[in-house]
Amino acid sequence: MEKRRAYALLWQWRASSRPLSSNHRSLLPNSLLTSRSSDSGSMFNFGRSFTSLSSFTEQQRQSFQQLLNILIDRRVLHQGTFLRSSNLPVRFYGSAPVERSASFSEINTKDITYFKSILRENNVIQDPDRLQPANTDWMHKYQGSSKLMLLPRTTEEVSHIMRYCNSRHLAIVPQGGNTGLVGGSVPVFDEVIVNVSQMNKIISFDKVSGILVCEAGCILENLESFLDNEGFVMPLDLGAKGSCQIGGNVSTNAGGLRLLLVQHLHENSSVGLEAVSANGTVMDMLGILRKDNTGYDLKHLFIGSEGSLGIVTKVSILTPPKLSATNLAFLACKDYLSCQKLLFKARRKLGEVLSAFEFLDSHAMDAVLNNLEGVRNPLPPAVHNFYVLIETTGSDESYDRERLDTFLFRLMESGLILDGVVAQDINQVSSFWRIREGIPEALMKFGAVYKYDLSLPLEKMYDLVDEMRARLGNPVKVVGYGHLGDSNLHLNITSPQYNDDILAQIEPFVYEWTSKHRGSISAEHGIGLMKANKLYYSKSPEVVQLMVSIKRLMDPNGILNPYKVLPHCLSANN
Amino acid sequence: MKIMVAIKRVVDYAVKIRVKPDKSGVETKNVKMSMNPFCEIALEEALRIKEAGLASEVVAVSMGSAQCVDTLRTSLAMGADRAIHVESMSDRLYPLNVAKLLKALVDVENPGLLILGKQAIDDDCNQTGQMVAGLLKWPQGTFASKVVLDKEKQTATVDREVDGGIETLSLDLPAIITTDLRLNQPRYATLPNIMKAKSKPIKKVTPEELNVQIRSDLDVVEVSEPPKRKAGVILSSVDELIGKLKNEARVI
Repeated sequence: MEKRRAYALLWQWRASSRPLSSNHRSLLPNSLLTSRSSDSGSMFNFGRSFTSLSSFTEQQRQSFQQLLNILIDRRVLHQGTFLRSSNLPVRFYGSAPVERSASFSEINTKDITYFKSILRENNVIQDPDRLQPANTDWMHKYQGSSKLMLLPRTTEEVSHIMRYCNSRHLAIVPQGGNTGLVGGSVPVFDEVIVNVSQMNKIISFDKVSGILVCEAGCILENLESFLDNEGFVMPLDLGAKGSCQIGGNVSTNAGGLRLLLVQHLHENSSVGLEAVSANGTVMDMLGILRKDNTGYDLKHLFIGSEGSLGIVTKVSILTPPKLSATNLAFLACKDYLSCQKLLFKARRKLGEVLSAFEFLDSHAMDAVLNNLEGVRNPLPPAVHNFYVLIETTGSDESYDRERLDTFLFRLMESGLILDGVVAQDINQVSSFWRIREGIPEALMKFGAVYKYDLSLPLEKMYDLVDEMRARLGNPVKVVGYGHLGDSNLHLNITSPQYNDDILAQIEPFVYEWTSKHRGSISAEHGIGLMKANKLYYSKSPEVVQLMVSIKRLMDPNGILNPYKVLPHCLSANN
Repeated sequence: MKIMVAIKRVVDYAVKIRVKPDKSGVETKNVKMSMNPFCEIALEEALRIKEAGLASEVVAVSMGSAQCVDTLRTSLAMGADRAIHVESMSDRLYPLNVAKLLKALVDVENPGLLILGKQAIDDDCNQTGQMVAGLLKWPQGTFASKVVLDKEKQTATVDREVDGGIETLSLDLPAIITTDLRLNQPRYATLPNIMKAKSKPIKKVTPEELNVQIRSDLDVVEVSEPPKRKAGVILSSVDELIGKLKNEARVI
């Protein structure tokens, strides 16, 4: 009751945009309030597993004990937990600790024998060297300790695995290319990793309708080159396309750079899928036709549920024909307002050929120019406050080009654009995109990066960056960039090392700010482990409750991707 | 002094080349075409010479179909003052024919310097600059990695990357220079310059007007794709690898 009341309060506050008063705060459970410096800890590389005291340096030990005291103080942990336990089943991921659920069994030799009987022997992986990369996420931020990875080759094999794990109460992490940014694709403790990378066959492609049917483990870039030969393109494009897999893309509803043109996976009318539920039932929702209005459209439950409701095994996707004529302009604007006006005008004048509208601020530009090799300023020597990339994709190169040129000339004359360059060949297109796509890589070279992927009302979006900059001061770098066309801000904050004080300045401020402006705390990266307890900032208690009910209905034992997506206090079994 | 720059429109270097099914050449329909990268470098060098006050005008020249105008527009947007398009639908614009056309244009325009890319990335001929030099009887500095002009002495000093070092030549103007990759980094076409380019003149001439007959002195017999690379195999042990290296590859 207490908890429910607290969530309702938070929701009320969010809706009314009032600052949270301190007596309201005291009603909220700790997992929702991460403002105070120490329980928001990003120390120790975000929750690596701590097996023994001796593996700490003295400094780490001290700060860990400090953290522990505070947690004990708040009754999150019991006194003596740390000293008693030699193998601590608790992980810290930027907020409250997660404990291994006692309802899950541990792997025994019988299980291994069973898995070897249903899978090929070399697809049952116990080798620590091979498990290591599957236990670690791309950012090296999350580290699990799974002892077993299974590589099914067919839907039937996935179904057998699920049925068995469900009966044995073995927790599972579905995994694809493991390129997620929120810790959704790696185990938290010893969950069995079910990696679908061996299911990488293209099943069919219909050139007339453009519908591609393939298995979940197909790598996005491979699908892209397959379609390229057929004269079509994938409706999504991500920086991670060389490793990420389509099953993961669908499960996490990944967006990316060219969303303006190609639409969200949810909106792509013909995306269908086949998924295996927690009890091993195979659900065929592989639509190969555009129109299907028969009953509940359940495939949408799986899109974006991050493997918490089932494992996606096959996917059908409507792919648009390839349009060869791409034009790209790299422009400078004096302020954020000009960028907004530019977007408004581009939507009107470029209409259907506008395929991307990205922005970056001068701090992002600085980072790229200083930290990446072979990148040069397209508009030397000046450094402008804001840069915008406008891409058009159409079928007639010279017509589209003329249209873009005319549009740009007019805005240049009106002063909305200060300066700009238009790519003359594909090489220039790549070098302009390299600036935008290279920002995350460039920022990593500053040291620690705190990443926030937020949806915010367009006109307010950059205020957050300004406020953050004022709040944090030097030498912390606050960088804003993102998909302006989708109101999606990437707020990145860098400091030489991960630092509790800095994190405490950022969180929960950034989530509260987003919530206050009715934004989303995760525009495209998803929830995963990182933001499971932050879900209330973007969803009402009633909605979260419905999600929990659906989860319980579809996965009564909670074996599928536990500790992720839903707030921990609710998703814990029963 | 006037500088003339030869510009070739080629399949964009980032495009995956496809051979036509009848093996008569490569597919250019619905393929992104751009300026030959070496020609871009040639143009950039001419612009830098002009900006240094050593030349008064840069004229860009291209030959081929009507779409060459797009490529010439790009050269105007980069900063060339005007352009000449020799329109010819002939598929026989091989180096010698191009060299003859360039000679005819040089006779009309009288530039002090003719700069070309060292080769075009589509046919890799690497002949045109040398042929024009022969036809005009001008000195040539090919594969230039550095160019310095002396206005008073009317000479050009050209550094060439040769085996084991750099060769420095001094040429009397007028002269031919062909450009290598490391000569400079071409600029981007900025919006103000693209705007200005719209009003710059592109003159159209035909080979007939230049009194050049497009003759064919060679025939392309066949264009074929390189053999496909065989898929690799993953071996399970070092012994297996040694066995393969010994018995199949026979390298150890």
